[in-house]
Amino acid sequence: MSDITATPPPMKLRKKRGRILGNSGLILAGTVLGLITLMAIFAPFIAPYDPYLQTLDDRLIPPAFIDAEMADPRYLLGTDNLGRDYLSRLIYGARISLLIGLLTMLVSGVIGTVLGVAAGYFGGRVDTVVSFLITTRLSLPVVMVALAVVAVAGGSLQVVVLVLGLLLWDRFAVVMRSATMQLRNLEYVAAAQAVGCSTPRILVGEILPNLIPALVVVASYEMAQAILLEAALSFLGLGVQPPLPSWGLMVAEAKEVMLFDPWVILLPGLAICVLVLAINMLGDGIRDVTAPEGRS
Amino acid sequence: MLRFTLRRLLLALVVGVAVSAIAFMLLRISGDLAISLAGEDASPADVERIREQYGLNRPIIVQYAEWLWRAVRGDLGRSLFYPESVANLIMSRLPVTLSLAGAGLVIALLISLPLGIIAALKRNTWVDRGALGVAVIGQAMPNFWFGLLMIFFFGLTLGWLPISGSDTWLHFVMPAITLGWFSAPVLMRLTRGGMVEVMTSDYIRTARAKGLPARVVVLKHALRNAIIPVVALCSVQFGNMLSGSVIIETVFALQGIGYLAWEAISRRDFPVVQGILLLVALFYVALTLLADILNAWLDPRIRRG
Amino acid sequence: MTTPVLDVKQLAVQIPVTDGILHAVRDVTLTVARGETLCVVGESGCGKSLTSLAVMGLLPGSARRTAAHMRFAGEDLLTVTPRRLRELRGNRMAMIFQEPMTSLNPAWTIGDQLTEPFLRHGKGNRREATDRAVFLLERVGIAAAGRRLGQYPHELSGGLRQRVMIAMALMCGPDLILADEPTTALDVTIQAEILHLLAELQREFGMGLLLVTHDLGIVARVAHRVAVMYAGEVVESGPTVTVFDEPRHPYTRGLIDCIPIPARSRPGVPLGTIPGLVPSLVGGIEGCAFRDRCAFATEPCARPVPVVTGAEGHAWRCILPSAVPSLLENPA
Repeated sequence: MSDITATPPPMKLRKKRGRILGNSGLILAGTVLGLITLMAIFAPFIAPYDPYLQTLDDRLIPPAFIDAEMADPRYLLGTDNLGRDYLSRLIYGARISLLIGLLTMLVSGVIGTVLGVAAGYFGGRVDTVVSFLITTRLSLPVVMVALAVVAVAGGSLQVVVLVLGLLLWDRFAVVMRSATMQLRNLEYVAAAQAVGCSTPRILVGEILPNLIPALVVVASYEMAQAILLEAALSFLGLGVQPPLPSWGLMVAEAKEVMLFDPWVILLPGLAICVLVLAINMLGDGIRDVTAPEGRS
Repeated sequence: MLRFTLRRLLLALVVGVAVSAIAFMLLRISGDLAISLAGEDASPADVERIREQYGLNRPIIVQYAEWLWRAVRGDLGRSLFYPESVANLIMSRLPVTLSLAGAGLVIALLISLPLGIIAALKRNTWVDRGALGVAVIGQAMPNFWFGLLMIFFFGLTLGWLPISGSDTWLHFVMPAITLGWFSAPVLMRLTRGGMVEVMTSDYIRTARAKGLPARVVVLKHALRNAIIPVVALCSVQFGNMLSGSVIIETVFALQGIGYLAWEAISRRDFPVVQGILLLVALFYVALTLLADILNAWLDPRIRRG
Repeated sequence: MTTPVLDVKQLAVQIPVTDGILHAVRDVTLTVARGETLCVVGESGCGKSLTSLAVMGLLPGSARRTAAHMRFAGEDLLTVTPRRLRELRGNRMAMIFQEPMTSLNPAWTIGDQLTEPFLRHGKGNRREATDRAVFLLERVGIAAAGRRLGQYPHELSGGLRQRVMIAMALMCGPDLILADEPTTALDVTIQAEILHLLAELQREFGMGLLLVTHDLGIVARVAHRVAVMYAGEVVESGPTVTVFDEPRHPYTRGLIDCIPIPARSRPGVPLGTIPGLVPSLVGGIEGCAFRDRCAFATEPCARPVPVVTGAEGHAWRCILPSAVPSLLENPA
């Protein structure tokens, strides 16, 4: 996204609140994301069944809106091919997606921000090295590298987070680098340097706070990316391992039976779609609200 | 222009070497390849024997240098699964992936160029918002899921298209649409942004003052300027499609290098994995180089400046 | 009397802005006869550029244009089909813009952009188009014209680009040229050359020329007739000599007093200035728009001011009974 802007000017709080309330996409996305998060946190209290409990007599029961006759009122969204309650698995699946999304975003955010800010602030040789790292990283095919590493290191939540975190920092670095460059040339940074503030103090006190809006926007895109990639890795069998209810894994398991029970494939895919959409729209909304001139 | 090209070439070369090192080291740093090859329940003696057999006990730098020296001469080793050299294996599968990516790019452009231009001309109307909405929703879908839905509707339910394999051009239709669909939004946004900016420029007013019809104003005078970054991005998107092929080809069982990579990864066929990683990364490096050069060459101000 | 090449009556341009509607051009009536130069003068924002854009139908998308009529060689531009308008534009009426640096398309060669209107309007084949382009480039004073055709705009200086724009406007042999401050963006020395060139070409090809400018010095030298605009209105118009000798509107007098004239202006003696600011054109204006800045304003000026017509088409929008005297301390 090249249209991410770096430094919003100071804005009156009331005007900002007006912009937030005027942005219906932002409100909608925030609400959806909030609900999914609550669902993930309180999964044990909301989910009607244990997501791992297999009831082999109740396999592939469709939900009522697919086939009213075959439906079973005990299973609101039906069951999968091992007779596990689909609703419960979907609810627990939100935990995996959100956890991997957040942790990956944190890992890649820290790496990318440190590199980007260093390159932008110090320039010169540091910038050359960081730019080289970014170019090199961009040349690596993300999915293939992640698959290969997970295959060797073993598929677990930690490995997936670490691999994706180490792969997805490039956009953070690119945006933070240019944003920091702009800030460095501003007068108050020059003033801070002139009165003898130490470099760490300028970075933390003057630069970092002004990077936060751009950081939040990039973070939202990267979190969405991480969620999509985790789903893809799990779908290909080299991500989160069964029986964990990863949405990507659920699509893979449903693939076997999709000829006769296409709804099994529909629900987890939709879940990913809604979550990613909400996060992306939140990012877009934040960008619009913090952009200097509002929406063009 | 020449100096610029040379400097970019040098950078591409350095990145290429770095990428080759990563492609090689990655698997060795991630875990113990010998255990991975021998299987989890192999005896320590077996693991040791494999370590010996594949030369995994030597210093990693030596292994890399040897591999790189061979790779430069086109020898990427032998597959552990197929009775073939890695280079031959990749070469036999590459045409499938290149065709797929090419077709995907064409489809992406067929979607994004008209939509981007119309959205720009009808800025802030429902057409514009609709196009943007489709782009946002389209990008939120997992691509493997989109592929499966296509298989379900056009393959299983309607029976129009074959759902797996790579025998005829019909086998490429759904994979190419899937690839194209996910590249279209970013190209569309760039086209729209460029067109919006260009359409308000003074030279567009001049073109209209000449009495040119809208078609000529938009396609000759505006698009020619707005398309420059889009063309460059196409080159990069082609690279992304090569790396994205691993998912799409697996979903559609299309026998290209993406499918080969997935197979090789699943079977711990690491010479093949390394070879494909290196190839795709080098492709990407070459394509970004091409993008930079195209960008400069298409703009007379840079080309002749 | 033959039909004027341009005959605009009661033109108004309105632009919606955040706090209302900007009445940028109000009740503008003007004519350009064949082979005549009309200068439209006024300060920035008085609506003179918008007037010329309105004639060409090139107003920005949000602007609204109304008029009693707006005839080009007898044909009302308000009612012509878009197709007919395209046939006229660049062919029988052409425009030269203010910004030569950005008015040429950076992606196409000078030759392509020059020959484009000629070919588009079916004036001849590619060879004839190239010949005419070379002829006109030489005529507007560009050396090595043949070589220039293969060059891109960025390879030319601002002055050269404006000469190219002029040549481009002449490609189809138009009846009318609208030039919107064609020299504002150029160096002072080049300004004079370009203006002389325009005046010369106007005589040579017998075209009508509507020259928009804020420089009265230019007007005095090239215009047959002049229209002075203020706050979106034509406040005075007529033959240049008459308007300069006997200005009937205080604003015109103010502008004339601002011209530095070597015989009159001396170091230490201030030039004339017009105090005050142009009123906001958002909403509407009742009465004379100039009255807040006018030394002669009286109570009736707050009411609508009729247009008074004098000899030789001299017309003004003021209630003063006689020509306005200079307010300078020691007029020449």
